[in-house]
Amino acid sequence: MPAQEIEREVDHSHMHVSDTLAIEIVGMNKWYGQFHVLRDIDLTVYEGERIVICGPSGSGKSTLIRCINRLEEHQAGQIIVDGTELSSDLKNVDKVRSEVGMVFQHFNLFPHLTVLDNLTLAPIWVRKTPRKEAEDIAMQYLEKVKIPEQALKFPGQLSGGQQQRVAIARSLCMKPKIMLFDEPTSALDPEMIKEVLDTMIELAEEGMTMLVVTHEMGFAEKVANRVIFMDDGQIVEQNEPVEFFNNPQSDRTKLFLSQIL
Amino acid sequence: MTQTSYVRTEMVPQKAPPASSAGVIGWMRANLFDGWMNSILTVISLVFIGWVLILAVPWIWSPTWNGTSLQDCRELIEVAGKQQGACWGVINERWPQMLFGFYPEELRIRPSLAFFLLFVALIPVLFNMISRRMNWLLLVLVLFGATFFAEASVLVTLAKIVLGITLVYLAYTVFSTNADTRAEEIAAGANRLPNPLYFSAIYLFLMPWLLWGGPIWAPIGAALGLGLGWLAYRLLAPVIGNLGAVIAAFLVPVVWWLFLNGFFISAMSAVIPVGLEPVDSRLFGGLLLSVTIGVTAIVISLPLGIVLALGRQSDLLIVKSLSVMFIEFIRGVPLITLLFVASVLLNIFMPPGTNFDIILRVIIMATLFASAYMAEVVRGGLAALPRGQYEAADALGLDYWKSQRLIIMPQALKISIPGIVSTFIGLFKDTTLVSIIGLLDPLGLSNAIRADAAWTGIVWELYGFTALLFFIFTFSMSRYSMYLERRLRTDHG
Repeated sequence: MPAQEIEREVDHSHMHVSDTLAIEIVGMNKWYGQFHVLRDIDLTVYEGERIVICGPSGSGKSTLIRCINRLEEHQAGQIIVDGTELSSDLKNVDKVRSEVGMVFQHFNLFPHLTVLDNLTLAPIWVRKTPRKEAEDIAMQYLEKVKIPEQALKFPGQLSGGQQQRVAIARSLCMKPKIMLFDEPTSALDPEMIKEVLDTMIELAEEGMTMLVVTHEMGFAEKVANRVIFMDDGQIVEQNEPVEFFNNPQSDRTKLFLSQIL
Repeated sequence: MTQTSYVRTEMVPQKAPPASSAGVIGWMRANLFDGWMNSILTVISLVFIGWVLILAVPWIWSPTWNGTSLQDCRELIEVAGKQQGACWGVINERWPQMLFGFYPEELRIRPSLAFFLLFVALIPVLFNMISRRMNWLLLVLVLFGATFFAEASVLVTLAKIVLGITLVYLAYTVFSTNADTRAEEIAAGANRLPNPLYFSAIYLFLMPWLLWGGPIWAPIGAALGLGLGWLAYRLLAPVIGNLGAVIAAFLVPVVWWLFLNGFFISAMSAVIPVGLEPVDSRLFGGLLLSVTIGVTAIVISLPLGIVLALGRQSDLLIVKSLSVMFIEFIRGVPLITLLFVASVLLNIFMPPGTNFDIILRVIIMATLFASAYMAEVVRGGLAALPRGQYEAADALGLDYWKSQRLIIMPQALKISIPGIVSTFIGLFKDTTLVSIIGLLDPLGLSNAIRADAAWTGIVWELYGFTALLFFIFTFSMSRYSMYLERRLRTDHG
């Protein structure tokens, strides 16, 4: 495999897929100008699912998960997140965003704030948590991602892997129900990919609902319960990881897997 | 054959750099005599600087401080056995005028007090290294000092006693507090003095009152308008929604200031007639005029510029077009034209009999002018921010205003600091253009002084003095911006 091997044993004991709907996407279409980026997307995600989305660049996989918290607007179809339909109603959008965490390829930490302030900002201003309480929660999550000693530094003083772990902790501070990962390890050195993946595995072990756009097939194999392959703005194939990797059905998927594995 | 296999057995320890690259000699070699070309350039520059100094210093060093006229100065220079020299007598005689214009002599304590209080009000805004108690100490110190220049009366004596006692108390707290353990005490809930920013806010209303005088109810009424706007927002926001409440919060103060404030002032003055002797705008002049126009325009143009920059970036078509039209129109017109509009044209459009203060008109024009430039400077800062910052703020659920205030603006303004300060400096220097519409700023005054028979022919001394006054202000602004850039650096160290 091209990417990181997952060496540790993954504990599946808390990973339950419940039958409560987390995300429901029905007949969703999106265009950039004339360009049809997402075509007839139907996707249902249940609570506790760990879904890896892969595909060649330009296949629309990032755009798809960015539609889920409306960083991108869709033009047709429905997206319902945790019972709230995304529309031009800003109240719904803000509600969904405060319950869906997102981790970006380029971390997007706020460089003018310390790590601790990065973590407490949204709880204080969106959730109205008292500062003291927000700081306690933030420190808990920093311990969880194993960098509590960096709390008072600025993001620019941390390594890439540390920054991405801070970004994960920042999302977790909002106690999200769903976490979206948009190529979280693509901008990292190989040594740092492992520490970020470890954090993500821990999160999965606790039963978090996760949608992960990534090229880390080791992660997909060990952690995901479903792998989705996209090409040309469409979902081409989805299956359990073992079936997906060992017995791909479509020719496009076979070609893709033969190139990256 | 080259050896390809190599294994290091010992790590190299840190060593001091060679002497030639450290110390004074190392510095000079690196920065002044780095090769033939640079050495020659260094020597030429030193010769040039020396030549300028040889010419300028004897001219400046001239024993004419007590000269009473240009003729007198020339005699003094001759007595001292010199060929030529500056005539500093004019500065000695006229400096109060250069500072205050024709502001009544017995009232000059008021603008001086306003000037010193300006610094007290600015410190908590500009610096974060000065403690609250230090700030209040400074305020009381300035007020206490002012009582010694005020006309003696029972009230002044009383103020002297009260301020003196407060001063001693504050000085005691400053000396008795241990700065190292103070942070812990505050975290543990120690009593703190009120935030000095309250005084900065009060100063906005205090300054015009000190300068122009009038009943004390005028600044109180003006502040009351803002208070009413805030009240309208708080009361209406739950009833008619955020947007309606914001509009009401803008309209209420405007209606108050335009129609009701006058009644309020006259009614309250009739009951409790307290106030300062009014001073007419025509009497303002010199540095006082420049600082009044400059500081007011600077303080207002920054928030206005931010609003315009956001408007220009907005998705709302009408807001966007209005902002673009305003910015492009104001930037496209010379400041002098705007000043002429302020001094001549506005009067034609005003209903007869209305008296719209000339300084106020000039301040409005200078502010609009600067805010258009400010908007473009801030827009540059906004454009330099990576898209990801907006997305991260959105993804966390922050709404537009919160993400602007907490994420976008702090970074955009930090990027724009050099541009913002350049605009401020430019604006401050542009205040001298008011001499063209007949206001007596330092440049206008220097013409007036030259009209005096005793000082006809004096040029360099007056302009030099004006330049020095302006340089002190602009140079402080530029140093402050460098300090601020250093303070806000978060990338390393």
